Amino acid sequence: MFYRQKHLLAIEGLEPPEIGQLLDLAESYVLLNRSGKTQRDLLRGRTLINLFFEDSTRTRTSFELAGKRLGADVINMGVSTSSVNKGETLIDTAATLNAMHCDLLVVRHDQSGAPNLLAQIVDAAVINAGDGTHEHPTQALLDALTIKRRKGRIAGLIVAICGDIAHSRVARSNIHLLTTMGCQVRVVGPPTLIPAQVADLGVTVFHDMEAGLRDADVVMMLRLQRERMSKGQVPSAREYFRFYGLDAAKLAFAKPDAIVMHPGPMNRGVEIDSAIADDPVRSVIKEQVEMGVAVRMGVLDMLSRGNRRNEH
Amino acid sequence: MSTDTLFSGVRIVGAGVDVQGDLLIRDGIIADFGPSLGRPDGATVIEADAAVLCPGLVDMRAALGEPGFEYRETIASAAAAAAAGGITTLAALPDTNPAIDDPALVQLLRTRGEDTGSLTILPYGAVTRGCRGEELAELGLLREAGAVAFTDGSKAIGSSRLMRLALSYARGFGARIVQHPEDPSLAGGGCATESEQATRLGLPGIPAAAEAIMVARDIRLAELTGGAVHFAHVSTGEALALIRQAKVAGLSVTCDTAPPYFDLNETSIGDFRTYAKLSPPLRKEHDRKAVIAALADGTIDAIASDHQPRDADDKRLPFALASAGGSGLATLLGVTLAYVHNGSMALPAAIELLTARPADLLGSEAGRIAKGAVADLCLFDPDRIWKVEAGELPGKAQNTPFDGRALEGVVLGTWKRGKRVFG
Repeated sequence: MFYRQKHLLAIEGLEPPEIGQLLDLAESYVLLNRSGKTQRDLLRGRTLINLFFEDSTRTRTSFELAGKRLGADVINMGVSTSSVNKGETLIDTAATLNAMHCDLLVVRHDQSGAPNLLAQIVDAAVINAGDGTHEHPTQALLDALTIKRRKGRIAGLIVAICGDIAHSRVARSNIHLLTTMGCQVRVVGPPTLIPAQVADLGVTVFHDMEAGLRDADVVMMLRLQRERMSKGQVPSAREYFRFYGLDAAKLAFAKPDAIVMHPGPMNRGVEIDSAIADDPVRSVIKEQVEMGVAVRMGVLDMLSRGNRRNEH
Repeated sequence: MSTDTLFSGVRIVGAGVDVQGDLLIRDGIIADFGPSLGRPDGATVIEADAAVLCPGLVDMRAALGEPGFEYRETIASAAAAAAAGGITTLAALPDTNPAIDDPALVQLLRTRGEDTGSLTILPYGAVTRGCRGEELAELGLLREAGAVAFTDGSKAIGSSRLMRLALSYARGFGARIVQHPEDPSLAGGGCATESEQATRLGLPGIPAAAEAIMVARDIRLAELTGGAVHFAHVSTGEALALIRQAKVAGLSVTCDTAPPYFDLNETSIGDFRTYAKLSPPLRKEHDRKAVIAALADGTIDAIASDHQPRDADDKRLPFALASAGGSGLATLLGVTLAYVHNGSMALPAAIELLTARPADLLGSEAGRIAKGAVADLCLFDPDRIWKVEAGELPGKAQNTPFDGRALEGVVLGTWKRGKRVFG
């Protein structure tokens, strides 16, 4: 077995065989899901808690579906229904969940490092479903699986990640995964949205879409939050779209068969033009969602292999 | 019954003093010292081969939990930790609750220090009421009550106009303004040095320039007003270069640093370790080296503990939400001695940075070895090794950024006005 971690907290630090194994396992679940078969005995009797301190319908649903397809008991805890709003600390919440003997804990939090803190306290295997501006490992895995299935490989591809790199956990996880697996990774965006010394992560920085997208095999767009305008990092949505929004003219700089990705939810007309987002040939955005369920099934399967507590 | 104490065969080190020999305490003062003294009848004799006897340390920057944050540290627990660390005089930051912005509170802190019997507390007064950075506190009355200098503690005085007023007004009372040098709008929301590491961890960064910008501004304001500015816990090469220039130009500009800034760098944060979350944040390696160089060349006037007590609940949070600050009283001497052992500083120079030089800045008589001086003393074995362990430190505050660090230099005993208060 290659994957040696108890948790999945980050892509950073994973070795190529570990990533490769997760992707292969996920791919087997793509076929299973499409065949309409189920494997509901795999996680039977196990409890998966979706602990979401930040709203996210799509990621939570994806984990819920993945857990149910493998037969786990899935419980969703949202921030509005939990006691976190009543002054209970993250540590208390973790201790409570621990006492309930949950096996798999999926955590989304607006603070970088929150899943690492939880992992120190709980017995369950912790899966980071997005923490602050740190990492979103299952997103990077599903992106990689999408790329692999479309392009037949990952190594050697040119991938341009475009937009708000500074505030994106998706960008960080993808940078780690894609550089580890041998891609040439570029980040493209205005200097105010490029984090300090990001080149040291093994990427090339561009501030111009034409240069950044030239000969790219994959164009990965990121969501631009409205907050960036109010905080003055970008003057306006229309100015952003003019220089960094992906439309047909800018996509033309990439390879003719380049695919377009977006982790969602999209701001149409801000970072991506609807005509591109909905392009049935170039856009793989819907496929990303499908891969998301398979990747999460693979991750749940892998982590529960190392953590089967009720096994006799 | 005699109250004499004779230290025999120790290395006596203080400002202008470095002698192998004896030192005699009588009636709470240093009666005599020299290569060889006679033994008075009935004196307690302390023989400590290879030990160093120096003035009790003068820590020019420490936060006490009182008033208002007693769950973190009380004056009693801080005094115990200080004594164990060889500290006999401590300048207390005023950003407590309530803030030390009233003469009665200054007097209270002084008295509470006396009550410990082991620690002289020299209170800082708040520059602004409530340390809110809005209007000047009653600097004159605070000074009269015994405030040694003025600062808003961990908060920078952000407004240029207010800083000008403070420097200008305090000058009339011959008092320094101690600044936390960090441009608040540039630092805003940041919790780690802006760097590759902060980028990897997804933590909002504070650029090193936030320190240099504030230092540059305040040097100009010191020049404009003729006031005296002191920069606390300076941590970057850029800021130290500016301070070096200002000193050459003859301006009334001084600074201190704290052990984390010459012993640790940003990598201590590692996997979101909140005990290494400090303010200012731990910097890059080249800045750490610049701090060591500035200690060696005299640009830095003092080493302070920068003690900021925190409890587990303050720290067991996601990194950005955790409270910044590290416990420092017990490790001030040991970490400093590491840079004597590795040849960065000579022992007498290091001791001066911990005693006479901060005492000068605070207008205190403490921190000197001299006949007739108050016998506040620290005896330490410079070579004995111990390991810093959170949970095992003296006092209440266990939030050390040095957890797991092995240090050479153990305090064997601490004396306050001739009375042994530790060891």
